[in-house]
Formats: sequence, structure tokens, C-alpha cells
Amino acid sequence: MKVAVIRTGTANLASAVAGLQRAGVQAELTSDPDVVRQAQAVMLPGVGAFAAAMAELRQTGLDAAITERFLANRPLLCICLGLQVLANSSEESPGTPGLGVIDAAVTRFTGAVRVPQLGWNTVEPTAEARLLHPGYAYFANSFKLDAIPDGYHGAWAEHGTRFVAAIERGPVLACQFHPELSGDWGQALLARWLGTTC
Amino acid sequence: MLTTRVIPCLDIRNGRIVKGVQFQNLRDAGDPVTQAAHYQATGADELVLLDVSATTEGRANAVETVAAVRKVLAIPLTVGGGLGNIADAERLLAAGADKVSVNSAAVADPLLLQRLSQRFGAQCTVLALDAARTAAGGWQVVVHAGRKRVDLDAVQWARQAEALGAGEILLTSWDQDGTRSGYDLELLRAICSAVGVPVIASGGAAHADHLVQAVAAGADAVLAASIFHDGQMTAQDVKLFMRSKGLLVRC
Repeated sequence: MKVAVIRTGTANLASAVAGLQRAGVQAELTSDPDVVRQAQAVMLPGVGAFAAAMAELRQTGLDAAITERFLANRPLLCICLGLQVLANSSEESPGTPGLGVIDAAVTRFTGAVRVPQLGWNTVEPTAEARLLHPGYAYFANSFKLDAIPDGYHGAWAEHGTRFVAAIERGPVLACQFHPELSGDWGQALLARWLGTTC
Repeated sequence: MLTTRVIPCLDIRNGRIVKGVQFQNLRDAGDPVTQAAHYQATGADELVLLDVSATTEGRANAVETVAAVRKVLAIPLTVGGGLGNIADAERLLAAGADKVSVNSAAVADPLLLQRLSQRFGAQCTVLALDAARTAAGGWQVVVHAGRKRVDLDAVQWARQAEALGAGEILLTSWDQDGTRSGYDLELLRAICSAVGVPVIASGGAAHADHLVQAVAAGADAVLAASIFHDGQMTAQDVKLFMRSKGLLVRC
């Protein structure tokens, strides 16, 4: 099978593509909204800064295609900034609206912790989560979601404060961490997500 | 809670791993892809790949090596050595690096850090800071694979780099590198308390105890080469030891 991987200008896609290939699927890089609408499964990797990513998604019409997939609950994996753009806004780029499909604001880590958060952190899923299992995941972020939205299961992690490690609803999975960089645990998560697309 | 990372480092020249003392007298130490896969399987949290000859010999970066390593590697990969501009970074990232580290080129043109950070994000922009002790009791920045000392205070440079957008500092003690006598803990304390971004300790580790000392001095991650190359200990062994000393590690 083939996964459409959304290509935006500043994204580093090589690791995401390599992760999919190790999971035994092909990756098709695309910035075509129709490909994103029709694909069996879509990955939205993390990309640069919030405002730059939103500008690119709007300019290409990918914003509507991603929003449709998300709301229709069709297989979609969002990673890092790919999770953050789902929110209404981000402290990273004040005044720039996000896709707004989850009702939340993205905030910056504060307090006596190193920022960006770089490294492996403990992921603790909520009781009902299905794709997300407990374990260590690799994070590379300065911004985060503070609450699991109503209607979603998810997982928590802690860096100075508790923050959202990931959310899931059926075949829609959005991770603040990088499954493609989270070793065997991440590879297993990718496999479970791919399992929802059949 | 965030765990302390243990990071094996592969020094690469012409597609092969090499190891030297104070960046000189390099000897062959194996194939990078085989070694990267082995490190991943034995508990490495992340890998750093440094093209040690790139700056001095003016060669292009080891793009093919990065691409080959990426295929087998499901943990983060930082690549550095001789990186001079955005185009170099773009090639390495396209080949499969997750972060790029820059030393000499950033000293020559500090705004390179800002351009890298704006383009690829702070989490992707690593300052490789090589520091040597001075007679006055401080540290000065060293560039060109250890061959040139510049008139730049290491602590001040770390602060400036953070302000410009570096998201991590890979701190190597030039005095300790390859000596197997432990990290420069004073240098670590000075840099770790000066910046808010993560700091990776590098240069001089030979025992798991050295890594524990570095964490006590404030390091967020510990990098070592010979400790792992010579097969005396795996990253997993080291992390079990660190855990027995009360540190948070992934194992």
C-alpha cells in the first residue's frame, strides 16, 4: 500500500519516509490537495514554524483537504507541528489562525526546563487509547497542547508541566513526538496506525 | 519526564568511521551503517555523525553515508562537520539527517545560525562548540577541526548562539577529547548555566562514571565515541549504570 506524505517547503521528510518504508509501505510525496483527499492514508509531518506552515497549507489548498480528512475521520497521521496546526492558534505565531479542527491553543513550555525539549520522554496513554501504548517516545518541540480535546483519546507526557503527547480517534492519530524516530516503539505504533487503514 | 540521552558519535572520513586523539592521527574503525544499526540495537538514544575531515580538506559532506544510515536508523541523527551554508544543510536533511550541527562556519558568520533556525527550526539547529582552556582560566572557541583557536569566549558564544536560534549545543572540550580522562566538568557547568537550550557533553569519556559526572554538572545528554567503539560497553550497559546512580534514562 501507499501513504501520501504531505510535502511542504521546509519539511524534513526523509526520516518519515524511511519510517514508512521500514514498515513495509510506499511513501508518495505530494502537495496536491486531490491526492490528499483520495489517498488511502495520509501523513502530515512536522514542518518548520507554525506561521510558515499555515501559509503554505493555505496557499496550496491543502488546508481544506486536511480539514476534510480530519473531520471525516479518515486515516491521517499528523506529526509534531502537524499536530499543532490542527489547533486554533499557537504562541509561536500570534495572530496566525491554525486549521482550527481541534478547539485549543498551542502554548510554549515555561519554567525551569530546557527548551526546545529534545529527547525521549515517557508517554502515558489514557485508559481508552487503542493505538497509543505506554513507552518512551522522541520529542523535539518548544510548543505543546495542554488538553486532550473532547471526543478523543490520547496520551500525556511531562516536561515541567503535563502536556499532550498524542491524540487519537479511530484512524486519526496526531503525535507531538516523532514515531519515525522513536525506535521499535515508534515503529510498532506506525504499524498499528497502518493497520487502521485496511 | 525527559530522560538523559546517551549518544554514540561516529567520526566519518571518506565513508568510514575513524577515531583519533584531539582530532588528529585518525585510524579506521569500521563501516558506519553496520555500526549505526548496532548502536541502535544496543540502546543508543540518538546518533551523531561528524565528518571530521570536511572542513580542513574542503570536501563536500558525507551525503551518501547519511542516506545509507537513515535507511536503517529509527532514532534521531545529527550530522555535522564542514557545514558551510543553507544548501549544505538542505542536502544533509534531504538525505536523512534530523539535525545539523555547525561550528567553523557559524563562528565566521554567526547569522548562519539564524538562517538555519528560521528555515528549519531551532530543534534542527545545533551549535557544535569546541572549546579549549585558556591561560586566564576561561575557554576559547576552537575551529577547523581543532586546528585554529579564535578570539571568542566560549560562554559568550554559547549565549549568542542561543539568541540567534540554535536549539542545542554540542559542547566538546578540545583539551579532553580522546584523552579518556573524563569530560571538562567546569566547562560544562559554565555553559549549562549560561543557556536554556539542551547541552550535549562531549570529549573525554572513557567510563560510565564520566557520563554520570557530566549529568551532575548539568548536561542533558552525553556523547561518547571510544567507550562504545571498542565494544567494552553498550549504550544499554551505560544506561543501566546511570539508572543505578539515580538518573532517568530510557532502558
